[in-house]
Amino acid sequence: MSEKKMNLTVKLLSVLTCLALVLTWGLPEPTAQAKLKVGIIHIGSINDAGYNQAHSEGVQIMKKNLPNVEVIQVENVPEGADAERVMENMIKQGAQLIIPASFGYLDPALRVAKKYPDVKFVHPGGYKLAPNLGTYWASTPDAFYLMGIAAGKTTKTNKAGYVVALPISFFLANINAFHLGARSVNPKMETRVVFMGTFLDAPKEATATNALLDQGVDVLGVIVDSPITVVQAAEKRGAYSIGYHYLGVQKFASKGWVSGIAFTWGELYTRFAKQVMDGTWKSEALLGNLASDFLTIAPFGPVVPPDAIKLVNETKQEFINGKKNAYQGPIKDNKGVERVKAGEFWPLTNIGKMDWLVEGVIGQPK
Amino acid sequence: MIISFLISIISGAIHSGTPLLYATLSETVGERTGIVNLGLEGIMLIGAVVGFTTTVQTGNPLLGVLAAALAGGLFNMVFGFLVITRRANQLASGLALMFCGVGLSAMIGASFIGSRIQGLNEVRIPLFSDIPIVGRMFFNYDILVYSAIPVAVLVWWLMFRTRWGLGLRAVGENPTAAFAAGKNPHRLQYQALFIAGILGGIAGAHLSLAIAKTWAEWMTAGRGFIAVALVIFSKWHPLRAIAGALLFGGAISLQLQMQARGVPVSSFLLDMLPYVLSLVVLAIWSGARRHATPGSLGRVFQGTE
Repeated sequence: MSEKKMNLTVKLLSVLTCLALVLTWGLPEPTAQAKLKVGIIHIGSINDAGYNQAHSEGVQIMKKNLPNVEVIQVENVPEGADAERVMENMIKQGAQLIIPASFGYLDPALRVAKKYPDVKFVHPGGYKLAPNLGTYWASTPDAFYLMGIAAGKTTKTNKAGYVVALPISFFLANINAFHLGARSVNPKMETRVVFMGTFLDAPKEATATNALLDQGVDVLGVIVDSPITVVQAAEKRGAYSIGYHYLGVQKFASKGWVSGIAFTWGELYTRFAKQVMDGTWKSEALLGNLASDFLTIAPFGPVVPPDAIKLVNETKQEFINGKKNAYQGPIKDNKGVERVKAGEFWPLTNIGKMDWLVEGVIGQPK
Repeated sequence: MIISFLISIISGAIHSGTPLLYATLSETVGERTGIVNLGLEGIMLIGAVVGFTTTVQTGNPLLGVLAAALAGGLFNMVFGFLVITRRANQLASGLALMFCGVGLSAMIGASFIGSRIQGLNEVRIPLFSDIPIVGRMFFNYDILVYSAIPVAVLVWWLMFRTRWGLGLRAVGENPTAAFAAGKNPHRLQYQALFIAGILGGIAGAHLSLAIAKTWAEWMTAGRGFIAVALVIFSKWHPLRAIAGALLFGGAISLQLQMQARGVPVSSFLLDMLPYVLSLVVLAIWSGARRHATPGSLGRVFQGTE
């Protein structure tokens, strides 16, 4: 192709691009009767069947509940300055409620919140508040304890495995609760943990799952952004699996499905939107539990024995009534140090300080 | 106990090392003609997603591999057009190709997330696979693993034992001289990039069809960049790339195996293992007898008008 022709092609292409830009400019005009615009930013893809999809389905349900709410959704936003830009852009488009749906968005959101005091922000799992920024999350150890009961009653090899992103206290607390739940029904139970060092690396997750299965583990659980790879790898080798984050994980591993812990944000987001619309919203640190409508135990699979389901439901009631604590002493850690004395318990409000793994868990907490 | 550990380490090294080897070979072929391709990550992603979606739709993972190879090759032609015909900066174009691959693969794969495939399963070789221990160590893999080392040898043979390969390397060292000797640098570079794209596509397909057997966005998670580093590690040599890829893959799988077995070492330290090992090997092995870097790597051949 000669130089001249090439230049012509390039010019033609740029003209076409400009034309396309002009034609599509301002196509999605906001409808006049929209009362509230909600902006939500995601750290990953909303199709991950995990953390992000749970948030995304939450706003979809909110939209269904409140037809006059409009949603601006942006995926794959890096934490930091990019997140700030996207949030400001949403505000310029008229968003009055912003959901920065990742832990690392907290500081960017606080900065934007300071700049726009009339816009409300709700952040999942944050530990700081501002007059116009509230936080929400659900405390998960009780739910992991229930998964432990189901796993302990379902396993044939008395070995469970967990594929976990990082050894941070909240995840250690979840694994500990799971193991204590499993031990409460199966004293021979052991739980093996593999830390990935990342929230998203499907091939590495598959390799870790296979490494655990090679050790005789037959129940697989997962704390990374997308549970699909782990539960599918477990299913392929005939092992049982426990889901996390998203309610719909079961369909990816239906044969060996035990149960799962899911965040169902829809009704909570509906409440937030209503409060912002009628002016009753106030900044608070909301922490839910098994009684909340945003922390759900997923349906049980066919492999779980009926007595286990009954026991899980009874124990769930005990947790809700405050009759039971997941970390009831005596508890030793897996290095033999006594962490909770007999008759005492480790309060759920203190799990941020849990930097050890319970006796019987095979893994390194640091 | 020790034998089973050894088996899982070696099979883990071979499994995790295979996509790295294909990717390293891809980058080696390109860099030997003087083109640094930082877009390898994007090519692998295209290969991974095209391989996966083709397998979902046809039920045939071999067709998936074929489609992935072709898609990788064609996608790399975009890069070729930019850096060869349009003479754009290689590093910037490579990064653009990577981001393009990330976005494009996410778009193609969006509706295939969670689709189930049989994937590339282990092919047992009669007699060999039945040998105790050795059979499980070396003869219990999918087809792309078996073909990896032959492909590396083939790449070596093409580059170092054929006239075509001589021309290719000449272009990487000094395109003007190669041109004066009657070679067509641009055509050779396009050919090299097409082959590199095929290899990169296969690397991605191995991740999605054999290892993870799922599609996830950005599932290469930096392996494309590790391969760029492994090229330097292996001094632009296809056969040394085998050692580099196995070592790195082995270190990745070793740390996961050690955790699963409950070896009392911090997971943070274990996570560093692949990189520490690479540093150690480089430190011991870096006494270069001669410069291995292609002479005009990263430079743009301006033509001779």
